[in-house]
Amino acid sequence: MTLTTLAEAIDRHVRDGACVALEGFTHLIPFAAGHEIIRQGRRNLHLVRMTPDLVYDQLIGMGCAARLTFSWGGNPGVGSLHRLRDAVEHGWPRTLELDEHTHAGLAAAYCAGAARLPFGLLRGYLGTDLAAANPRIRSVECPFTGERLAAVPAVNPDVTILHAQRADRRGNVALEGIVGAQREAAFAARALVVTVEQVVDELPPAMNGIVLPHWIVGAVVHCPGGAYPSYAQGHYARDNAFYQRWDSIARERDVFLAWMQRHVLASRDHAEFLARLREAA
Amino acid sequence: MSGWTRDEMMTVAAARRLWNGCVCFVGIGLPSAACNLARLTHAPDIVLIYESGTVGTRPSVLPLSIGDGELAETAACVVPLPEVFAYLLQAGRVDVGFLGAAQVDRHGNLNSTVIGPYDAPKTRLPGAGGATEIAAHARQTFVMLKASPRSLVARLDFRTSAGFLDGHGARARAGLTGGGPQAVITDFGELAPEPGSEELVLSALFPGVTADQARAAVGWPLRSAPTVATLEPPQLHELDTLRALNARTAEAHSRPARLPA
Repeated sequence: MTLTTLAEAIDRHVRDGACVALEGFTHLIPFAAGHEIIRQGRRNLHLVRMTPDLVYDQLIGMGCAARLTFSWGGNPGVGSLHRLRDAVEHGWPRTLELDEHTHAGLAAAYCAGAARLPFGLLRGYLGTDLAAANPRIRSVECPFTGERLAAVPAVNPDVTILHAQRADRRGNVALEGIVGAQREAAFAARALVVTVEQVVDELPPAMNGIVLPHWIVGAVVHCPGGAYPSYAQGHYARDNAFYQRWDSIARERDVFLAWMQRHVLASRDHAEFLARLREAA
Repeated sequence: MSGWTRDEMMTVAAARRLWNGCVCFVGIGLPSAACNLARLTHAPDIVLIYESGTVGTRPSVLPLSIGDGELAETAACVVPLPEVFAYLLQAGRVDVGFLGAAQVDRHGNLNSTVIGPYDAPKTRLPGAGGATEIAAHARQTFVMLKASPRSLVARLDFRTSAGFLDGHGARARAGLTGGGPQAVITDFGELAPEPGSEELVLSALFPGVTADQARAAVGWPLRSAPTVATLEPPQLHELDTLRALNARTAEAHSRPARLPA
């Protein structure tokens, strides 16, 4: 493991065309890392996330993505992700291939990926049009009972990027609160990059919290506020007002591009991004 | 008969369907308001599960997202997402699933994926999320949506979640383990599946709403159940509790968050 800067971690681990999962279910979404991918101008990414959220709305709207594996693509409690919709409905700024699942299906695909099994298994997608829309949703027969069960191919990202509360100096990473499918996405990946609120000499006892062991962690980046406008339990709250404002920022292409230019591209890093927002508040 | 809105009546009607101690898988929006109203009135021991993995949560304000910090801080436990879907939902340990949708058809099937063709949609909707497997595995589901001929439709553009499929036992034959939708709660009253055909029929009206108004809001020829009940209007304690909850929620969500230092 190396303690590094975000710019170095993204430069080293995220290549054009790579399969990249920025996970975090509402909580601990790695926004800072998403912004750095945009600054470095990555292209043709295959993005994977259960809930694309604002972070993928931004990556898609900035033209970084060619393909999206997902299970629910909205702005939670607010409405549409307008950039995702524009890409799917009008091919702007480029076409986006969809690999669409349900939460249960994509969770099973991550679990299979973490265990290096070829597919995830569930009693799912029954009586729906989802399998007809996505040829990667198939079925297998149980060798014991004969029951038909849904099968989805394992997800094994080239790199998974997470945000967590803390890491120690050896690179062990601890996260707590709502943990979504982050542990599965971490173990499923070929490389793991984690941004953290704090780097400490020694982690507190984890009990039932999740610890990602140092030998699966490729890079740790100290990045306070790295989940904003998502949140980090124990550090700062979700900025629900920002999620509501995003609806009007992202609705029109030119307003979106101007916001991204002013706030993300013109900032050197996440600290400057947050400082500009603080000044504007 | 004024003093309450149809939106409020809809939430109250949904809340009344929940019983104390039931294990309920909650969607965001109207279902979340109904489930928490039930918890704050007649069902204090209801177990609310949000798909973010918060189990037995007791939020003081309604969450904007399915994973607000409020849900984790007030939960009995927070579990990883694969566990929610595999061990709780798929294993049949959820009594009630609460769902919304953009379109519902006459057999209670739901669309939350696209309006128009899948490959060239007129409107791309958020997609399935947890709904498909909630609809499949919860012992029963309730669906909440505002009624119009565009939302209660003869034919779905896309089937995201199974209700009774084509009716007449098709659901059970397809291997769907849960009981399917037992009520569709709209802003005029309720629809329920007719025994046998499993077609949704008018089963209850809000006070002051006529069956003709209900039929005008539905995109297929809506039949009535043998008896159509008129629901009790919202009681004062239900309204007071709901309005206080909504006021706390609006205040909390408009409060500017402190940016991380």
